[in-house]
Amino acid sequence: MSILINRNTRVVTQGITGKTGMFHTQTSRAYANGKNCYVAGVNPKKAGETFEGIPIFGTVKEAKEKAGVNTSVIYVPPPFAADAIWEAVEADLDLVICITEGIPVRDMVVVRDRMRKEGRKTLLVGPNCPGVITPDEIKIGIMPGHIHKKGRVGVVSRSGTLTYEAVGQLTELGIGQSTAVGIGGDPVNGLKHIDVMKLFNDDPDTDAVIMIGEIGGSDEEEAARWVKANMKKPVVGFIAGVTAPPGKRMGHAGAIISGGKGTAQEKLAVMAACGIKVTKNPSEMGRLLKSVL
Amino acid sequence: MKIHEYQGKELFRKYGVPTPNGLPCFTVDEAVEAARKLGGKVWVVKAQIHAGGRGKGGGVKVAKSLDEVRDKAKQILGMQLVTHQTGAGGQKVRRLLVEEGADIRKELYIGMVVDRVTQRVALMASSEGGMDIEEVAAHTPEKIHKIFIDPQSGLPDAEAQGVAKRIGIPESSAKQAGDLLKALYRCFWETDASLAEINPLILTGDGRVVALDSKLNFDDNALFRHPEIVAMRDLDEEDPLEIEASKHDLNYISLDGAIGCMVNGAGLAMATMDTIKLFGGSPANFLDVGGGATAEKVTAAFKIMLSNRKVKAIMVNIFGGIMKCDTIATGIVAAAREVKLSVPLVVRMKGTNEDLGRKILKDSGLPIISADSMGDAAKKVVATLQKKKPKPKLKPKPKPKPRKKPVKKAVKKKVVKKKVVTKKAGAKKVVRRKKK
Repeated sequence: MSILINRNTRVVTQGITGKTGMFHTQTSRAYANGKNCYVAGVNPKKAGETFEGIPIFGTVKEAKEKAGVNTSVIYVPPPFAADAIWEAVEADLDLVICITEGIPVRDMVVVRDRMRKEGRKTLLVGPNCPGVITPDEIKIGIMPGHIHKKGRVGVVSRSGTLTYEAVGQLTELGIGQSTAVGIGGDPVNGLKHIDVMKLFNDDPDTDAVIMIGEIGGSDEEEAARWVKANMKKPVVGFIAGVTAPPGKRMGHAGAIISGGKGTAQEKLAVMAACGIKVTKNPSEMGRLLKSVL
Repeated sequence: MKIHEYQGKELFRKYGVPTPNGLPCFTVDEAVEAARKLGGKVWVVKAQIHAGGRGKGGGVKVAKSLDEVRDKAKQILGMQLVTHQTGAGGQKVRRLLVEEGADIRKELYIGMVVDRVTQRVALMASSEGGMDIEEVAAHTPEKIHKIFIDPQSGLPDAEAQGVAKRIGIPESSAKQAGDLLKALYRCFWETDASLAEINPLILTGDGRVVALDSKLNFDDNALFRHPEIVAMRDLDEEDPLEIEASKHDLNYISLDGAIGCMVNGAGLAMATMDTIKLFGGSPANFLDVGGGATAEKVTAAFKIMLSNRKVKAIMVNIFGGIMKCDTIATGIVAAAREVKLSVPLVVRMKGTNEDLGRKILKDSGLPIISADSMGDAAKKVVATLQKKKPKPKLKPKPKPKPRKKPVKKAVKKKVVKKKVVTKKAGAKKVVRRKKK
């Protein structure tokens, strides 16, 4: 098993006809069971056409009805991405993974508010994230598939390449992954560390978790406290940004130390106090995980 | 994106947030003329720079005659204003705001940000105006009142007036204060602000509520729909290297260290900086080249890093996923040649075609040092600095007073040389001990 996605997931790509959407649909489709998983695309102007054999529909709802999709991946440009998320939520998909980077925060505030008020069941991963992968089964997103290896360690992270770094280290040590989830670097997003941690805790095929965070906000602290109270599996962690100066946005919209809050030191201290083994050396994430297995 | 106080106040007025009358000025004569136009007997001459803490730094002065306005304007305009937010070098004052004096009865604080936990706009209000609000939050958090605003219904009258009363605004002024808060929220929401602050918000002698200061930051992701705000951008207030980087779609931030680093991905870039620090060095910048690191982009990145004179070595850390390592290696070689690289360069590449990438670096004939892991690269890049300059950075790992300035130079050099010879084994031991 795994969390969020597996070989039976059926995916619609929103923004399939854009450059990024095309490229990543191709590579994702070539990964493991991708050929069976990627069954639809959406573009209202190109409904009825196909992309490399994948039928394009006018709406997500139509894709759900006709192609049986339960998950969407979004590569729509930033000004329209929040609307694309809402379209997938309104179609009652199980999961929406939004890769798009640069969505205005206000747009996300509106979508998240609507999802909550209407009690929507759809889970959102992202935006501004690399996506989700269950090795040897399915890859949804922009991560390099070949560095992954099927196994029993869960990975959850706010940053893309740092996730690959952790996965690469694990694979090199011969340790495979159950699912790797990039939750994204924006301040207003969908699933947070704590939500993914709960899923890993309940997954019988995950034995341990690497949690990677970065400066800004308090999501890692919240997850750490939950881990202390509930988690049955070992968790190791790393927080990027010990050297980041306050008040400067370090690339991600959410990665900023403001009002003295959200420092890496503070996060690492809380995580350690909650029984999470932490390292200050990102080259040691894999070995640290190995030490708790 | 940040704007000046006077620009923020222009926006405030547009949305109905009352401010004192004032005029922006670029010369001393303009300042005097502005005071004349404004009339009255007391004026405030305020330095316009993007950093906070201007008053304490001597950038805000009261003038009681037109001659005084001239004097104060002369003092402030062109000064290198140092505040806790500018760094030691300070920021040159190029613009002034001349405002009518205000009759202050009470100073209050208002702030707005997007709260990540509730995913709503948070309104923060406090009776402790004029103070550093972070101090208030740390020592007397009960003095900060928060409201999380529903994005659909906005800020209702009752809530706005309620919070106004809680921070000490009298009943008779509560309606006006409530309207001000609502106007501020509308301004925040409609301009896609990421931060709004009025510190201080004042209650005047005659019971009016007025924004004596303004601070507005905007969500960069939303600037595409606000050309009027983009027009307010003042490039003089920004780091020229950061501006240059943004032209090439690079994410760059200047720091104080000696090791330039170029990385793909923001998280990995931060982790790289942290690793450099962990091994005793200090990063000169944050630089994320993003997903598609082409040869042109890498060259631009090298040029930007090297135009920072403090850079004495460079570390490249790339996790090639979609981007192949050989492509990146070609870019690095081209860039190193084009900029005639004269500082040591350590490259760590991982991912697709990494062997091919390494071969390209090796065959280039350039003195590029290859590394296996992020930690290995950091160790190596720090070592190159030690070889060149005996800066007491990494050596004194076992803590005892590294600050002591060496009097005996000859002895020091010897020590350094020894370190270099044994650096690998030595450094590794240190790491092991640290990990335990």
